[in-house]
Amino acid sequence: MEIKVLGPGCAKCTQAEKVVREAVAEAGIEASVEKVSDILKIAGYGVFGTPAIIINGDVKMVGKVPKKEEVMGWLR
Amino acid sequence: MTDSIFHPLHKEKTMQERSKLLWIIGLFAGAYFIPWDHEIMRRSGLEAFLMLQDYAREHVLTCLIPAFFIAGAIAVFVSQASVLKYFGAQAKKVLAYSVASVSGAILAVCSCTVLPLFAGIYMRGAGIGPATAFLYSGPAINVLAIVLTARVLGWQMGLARAIGAVSFALVIGLLMAFIFKKEDAARTAGQFYLPDEENPGRSLWQDAGFMLVMVLILVFAAFARPGEGDATIWQFLFGIKWYVTILLLGVLGLMLKAWFVQEERKAWVASTWDFMKQIAPLLAAGVLVAGFLLGRPGHPALIPESWIAGLVGGNSFFANFFASLAGALMYFATLTEIPILEGLVGAGMGQGPALALLLAGPALSLPNMIVISGVIGIKKTAVFSLLVIVMSTAAGMFYGSFFV
Repeated sequence: MEIKVLGPGCAKCTQAEKVVREAVAEAGIEASVEKVSDILKIAGYGVFGTPAIIINGDVKMVGKVPKKEEVMGWLR
Repeated sequence: MTDSIFHPLHKEKTMQERSKLLWIIGLFAGAYFIPWDHEIMRRSGLEAFLMLQDYAREHVLTCLIPAFFIAGAIAVFVSQASVLKYFGAQAKKVLAYSVASVSGAILAVCSCTVLPLFAGIYMRGAGIGPATAFLYSGPAINVLAIVLTARVLGWQMGLARAIGAVSFALVIGLLMAFIFKKEDAARTAGQFYLPDEENPGRSLWQDAGFMLVMVLILVFAAFARPGEGDATIWQFLFGIKWYVTILLLGVLGLMLKAWFVQEERKAWVASTWDFMKQIAPLLAAGVLVAGFLLGRPGHPALIPESWIAGLVGGNSFFANFFASLAGALMYFATLTEIPILEGLVGAGMGQGPALALLLAGPALSLPNMIVISGVIGIKKTAVFSLLVIVMSTAAGMFYGSFFV
């Protein structure tokens, strides 16, 4: 599973990454978590707002910090 | 991990340690060599703290803190998706431009959100015109900036800044779209994703009423003492300002209880706190620097007032142009342009050049230009910067011919 957290480095983006990593650790599954900070790359995904979370190419959330339970839901 | 010296992380660490060392050497050299005992240095150091005290006493409680709460409420309660949908590739052009030129008030308080959005609008959305309009208006018309400008530099300057920022955003966006018409047509628009929306369970007028009450609290709490000759209505309003403020606070409390759920109230406070944490330390540092270099109005500090009056005094073309250019190149952390301008105006800068700097300053900076050119290329960035500088100069000269 391939997870990307998009965000240029504001407080919310760091928080989103933390939540995702915690959820992955808790779910105990194989997943790579990548933080994308490059503005051009972020725009390339077409998200109008950060932080955004992309799992296996699907845009799951834009402009918010997810709750851990939400992330767990996507991981299943 | 045998060859850890060649590990990239290790290299980064060495760099960090090296820059720390350079900082310490620099600070030490400053402490050692700067003639702190000299009369001018003593005066400047004192001015820095006197200006900080001035802000703490005059502006923090009645102006900044309510403004932070408003900014927090906007960030949490105003739906971003409802604004952003006008930036899509299929959106009507007229709407895209008008929304872009005012949306900074809602969407942007930190450049952290401005730049990714700008890149998104340019690459996937409505194109170069609305993108640059948004880029320009974003940092210039957010609530905090306008409120503090009006409070510190006078309401005329606050109003001129707001009007200037919105109209500049429109004109610059349209000009950019016109100049780069061909390239923009060749751009491919793709799928884009808006921030997720939650149904708030409140109507639009409830949200609007909530914001209005907060703006009124700000207006009344920050109501300045009218002069002797002012109309009796102002004297009367000043006399009752604290009663009105307390009444409004009561209304706000009732609204919060009736219309919002616990989670929303928490989110509001959290986002207000985020803004404060982010902006207040920078602003305090900016005030100290401005006080040290320029002093409070009427009190000279490190930089001689004759220099400032010579460079940006009066309302000449050169003064306005110099202020625009300096503003465009210099980096201002959120809101710090205001104490710096207060110092400059106090030391002899003209009103026209002051507005020119306000219009060119927060939207552009050297580091910012580099990031923008990574998104839209050097040529477009150069045209954008040139437009900002030329228009700010013109607006400064125009404004300066009315207000001296």
